[in-house]
Order: sequence, then C-alpha cells, then structure tokens
Amino acid sequence: MKVTLDIGRFNPESPGPRPYRQEFTLEVENYFTVLDALIRIREYEDPTLAVRCSCRASICGSCAMRINGHAGLGCKTKIISVIKDGRVRVDPAGNLPTVKDLVVDMKPFWDKVRAVEPYLQPEGPEPVDEYLAPEAAMLHLVGVMGCIMCGACLSDCTVLEVDERFLGPAALAKAYRFVADPRDGATLKRLKQYNGEGGLWDCTRCMECVQVCPKGVAPMDRIIAMRDRAITAGLHGTNGARHAEAFADIVKHNGRLDEIRLVPRSYGIFNVMNLGAMLAAIPVGIRAWRHGKLPPVIPHKLSERQNVRRIFDKVEGRK
Amino acid sequence: MKVAFYPGCVARGGCPELYPAAVKVGERLGIELDELTGAACTGAGVLQEKDLRLGDALNARTFAMAEQKGLPIMTICSTCQGVMSQANKRLKDDPAYLAEINELLKEEGLQYRGTTVIKHLLWIMVEDIGVANVKKQFTRSLKDLRVAPFYGCYIVRPSWALGFEEHPERQHSLEDLIEAVGATAVEYEGKTRCCGLPILMINEKNAVAMVAKHTSTAQGLGANAMVTPCPLCHLNLDGYQPKAAKQSGIAIHMPILHLPQLIGLAMGFSPKEMGLQRHIVSTKEVEEAVAGRAPVGAGRP
Repeated sequence: MKVTLDIGRFNPESPGPRPYRQEFTLEVENYFTVLDALIRIREYEDPTLAVRCSCRASICGSCAMRINGHAGLGCKTKIISVIKDGRVRVDPAGNLPTVKDLVVDMKPFWDKVRAVEPYLQPEGPEPVDEYLAPEAAMLHLVGVMGCIMCGACLSDCTVLEVDERFLGPAALAKAYRFVADPRDGATLKRLKQYNGEGGLWDCTRCMECVQVCPKGVAPMDRIIAMRDRAITAGLHGTNGARHAEAFADIVKHNGRLDEIRLVPRSYGIFNVMNLGAMLAAIPVGIRAWRHGKLPPVIPHKLSERQNVRRIFDKVEGRK
Repeated sequence: MKVAFYPGCVARGGCPELYPAAVKVGERLGIELDELTGAACTGAGVLQEKDLRLGDALNARTFAMAEQKGLPIMTICSTCQGVMSQANKRLKDDPAYLAEINELLKEEGLQYRGTTVIKHLLWIMVEDIGVANVKKQFTRSLKDLRVAPFYGCYIVRPSWALGFEEHPERQHSLEDLIEAVGATAVEYEGKTRCCGLPILMINEKNAVAMVAKHTSTAQGLGANAMVTPCPLCHLNLDGYQPKAAKQSGIAIHMPILHLPQLIGLAMGFSPKEMGLQRHIVSTKEVEEAVAGRAPVGAGRP
C-alpha cells in the first residue's frame, strides 16, 4: 500500500525558524502503524526527522501526536485505519511547545500533574503493616490508573486552546485518582484546591479527552465525578456548583429548563463578587429581547412535572 | 416516516426561532411529528454533574414514552442527541442498571425495555430520507454561500456512543447537506470543537474566546455563514459574537444558521418564515444570497 505522510515540521536550528510541511510517499505494509511509517522515513529518507518513541506498544506514552488533526499514539494507530485518499496528516501534539518536528516539550504537562499533588496523603497513625482498602473501592480506579501520561488529552483539550492556566484533563484525572482513593485523607483539602480558577469547573465538557485517550481513562468523566463530590462535600460557592444546582432545581420543579432564572442563580443572586458579571449579562438580555429571542419570562412547565419531581425525590433521598 | 419529536428546551427557550423552522422543514420532508409533550429536559450534561442517575432516569422516562408509541425519537439539538445517546448506551449495556432505573419509573406506569432509537434530524435527512430525496424539495440554490459547518461536541463525541462505526456517513453529514443546498462547505479545524457555552456562566472569558476563535477562523477562510445542528452552540456563537469581537479585537461578522433554517431557505421558505430576524448577528448577506436565487414562494407545493 502506498501512503503519503503530510508532516508538520519545525527545526529550531534553521535560520528564522518557522513551521513548515513536508510530504513523504512510501510503500507500507497493511500492518504498519503511523509510527512504523515515521521510523521508516527517518531511517531511509530523512534522518533529521525528529520523533519520540520507545516501547512501540502503547505503554510508554512517548509518541502522542496529532493524526489527521486528532491526538493519538503513533504506535497504536494503524495507517489503514486513518488513510484518506492515500494520505495521512501528522502534526506534533497540540497545546504544548514544539521542540523539533513531532517532539513537544512536556514540561507544561508535568507542571500541571505536579500541581495536583499526585501522591497519597494518608491521615492518622501509620498502620503496622500496610494501608488496606476494600477491593470494591479500588476497582473503579483501575481505569484512571491506566493513564500512561502521553499527553494526548492535553493536546486536544479545547479549554487549553484558549487558556493555558487550566489544569487540564490528565492532571485532573490524576487528582480524581486520589480524591476517590479510600486511603487518602486529604479529600476535602484537595477538592477545595481543585475548585478554584483553572480547576475542575473550567472544563467545558467537550469530550475531546474522552475521545482521544488511548487507554480509556475518560478524564472528563473523572472531572464530572469530582464536581459531584465537590457539591456533596458542601463546596457550593462557585459559579459551577451554583449553575449545576440551579439547573437541577429548575428541572426538578418545572420538568424543563428556564434560562431566564438560570443565569442569575448561577451567578448567585446576592453574590457581590459576581455583580459585574450579572450587570454585564443585562445588555445581552436586552439585545436578545429586542430580537424576540428572550426565553419566556413565564417559564414553560411540564404538565406531568410531578412525575419528574418524584424521580428527583427518590434519587436524592437515597444519596 | 413518523417520529416521536423531542424538540428540547432551548428550541423554545433561548432559540425560539428553531422550533417553528424545524417543524416546517420536517413537515415538508414528510416527517410526521408526534411530539413528546410530557418528556423532561435531558439534563444537558449539567444535571449529570450533580447526579448521573438523575439524568439517566429522566432520559429513560423519555425513551419509555417513545417505546410505548413504537417510534424512534427525533431530536433537533446536538446536546440532547448526545446526552440521550450516552444515557441509552449505559442503559442498554447494563441490564441490572436498567432494572434499577426502571424502579424509579414504575410509579408512573412506565418501563423502558431498551429498544428506542434516537436520531437527530441531521441524521434522519442523510440516512433515512437520503440527501437526494431531501434535494428534491429544494427550489433554490444557495450557491453564493460559503458555509462553515459547526457540529457541536455532543453529536460527534464520544463516537462509540453515537453509532459512528455503523454510520460512517455521520462524520460528514453537515458538509453533505451544505453541498446539497448548492453552497460550498468550508473546511476548518473548529468544526468539531467546542463553542464554549457550557462554561459561559463559569468562565465567560474562555467561553467567549472559543466563539472568537472558531468564527474568526471560518471568516478568514472565506466563510460567509456558519450552520449548526445545536441550538446551544447557536446561543453562544450568535448571542456572544459581539462580545467575542470586542474581546478578541477582531472584526468578526459571521451569521450563524440553525440547520433547519439552511434547509428551509433552500426549500423556498422566506428568511422571515425561518426566523432569521431573531438572530443577534445580522443575516443580511444570507438573505441577499437567498433573494438572488429564485423568487420567494416559487415551486411551493
């Protein structure tokens, strides 16, 4: 099979370095991965092509890159599964500075992981033998522990594209691994720490990380689970928590959404800190009203809303 | 075909122009709409962050209602579609969980057996009706439009909950319809990215930065309109575009169309019938492109 690899390249040592594209057409076997093809290019066509790899078996996490615009491991992605009109586009991972060609600087990634204090912080006296945890409490963490720190999730995170301060999917998934660990004693401290700006409420729920993670870690699902834990732990004072609670309360009572009341309740009606945001929302509301776009002031209510409320009462009662 | 119509909250709330446009287009396509008037909000992913089971229970209730009617559910919102698809997968994959959720519905006399199919109007047009048949209803060619598709996260990810393996055509369904109305589809990276709406009230600066990024990129590539199957994306991309232009310092002007509006315009409906006057960003260029192509009302059945 013939394939043309369209590679996004960058050489920092060239005069006036800037990214450029280069194509290589080569004959590959059906079983070739993208990494196999890149190594073939490096060995037979251009020894200056920089690509980082080690295990070639989706374990070491070295070869995360963008393949046809989406992050993945070069060693786990078969050419045959991504080839389109004889071509595959390869770029360095996103949201990280490029060192050379397909090699990115992982420092921002590790800085974020370190920021969540990724180690067990037990409380109380040290046990004589070892820390014991019930198997059931640990089993569901196996999925998160499967993270190989490749940075694919970080590469395609839509929030990091606009705000580099966001802790990001990998670090927050790691954070969840300790928040949900029954041996960890710092749960509340951790939740308070992750609850701030750039933390767990800044995720936009776009699911890019869930889609591209090569190990099924589903970072966003862990972020959502931490939001639930933050609310349950009594951390109500964020716009995110208020938004989720107001949304749930409105659906509980009306059966449907009521956008007009959702906005002020998310900002917090008596919250001085958010007065600016609330005032700024007013012209947006007026503009919407002038265009006949304002949601109904008297909210739509479901005629069968008592059935919805019953479901809420049952589920919340059990919590 | 007949469907259990689930319009969702925003199509009659923040985007009141969507509901009538979708109904008009649906009727013209011969889709018989049996609206699920008793169905609740899907939770939109927000309720799910408070309690996943709550969302799953509300959605199972909706699925059971459609199952009773023996009809597939038709959505007109990427978020509704995605949230429902994910819930349906969880319920179908785990019979014990389904039984547990059914316990919550028992008192209302409902039970979900796990057979309901959920499809966005976008997919119904491409897969069930077929692009060629949709095209038969068109009376004007919108060939002056260069349209950037904007899918909305929930209708593309995670792909395994949305049937992309069985239906690979879903990956380019919007482009197929853009080409069908005679317009040119503009290819850009942002088409499957996030509009930012979910964090609008949490981190407005970031949410608005996303609007600026995608609309300005599409504009730079020569797009003169954007089309989305998601009213939540529309809320942000249209409603917050003035703020996005101000925040980014870029002069952005990108009319955002709901998918049924684009289809409806090609069908011969007037911009007013499609509710374009209700948009925040002026749709003047779109209206001009429409006016130049076939008189309004021509070819109406």
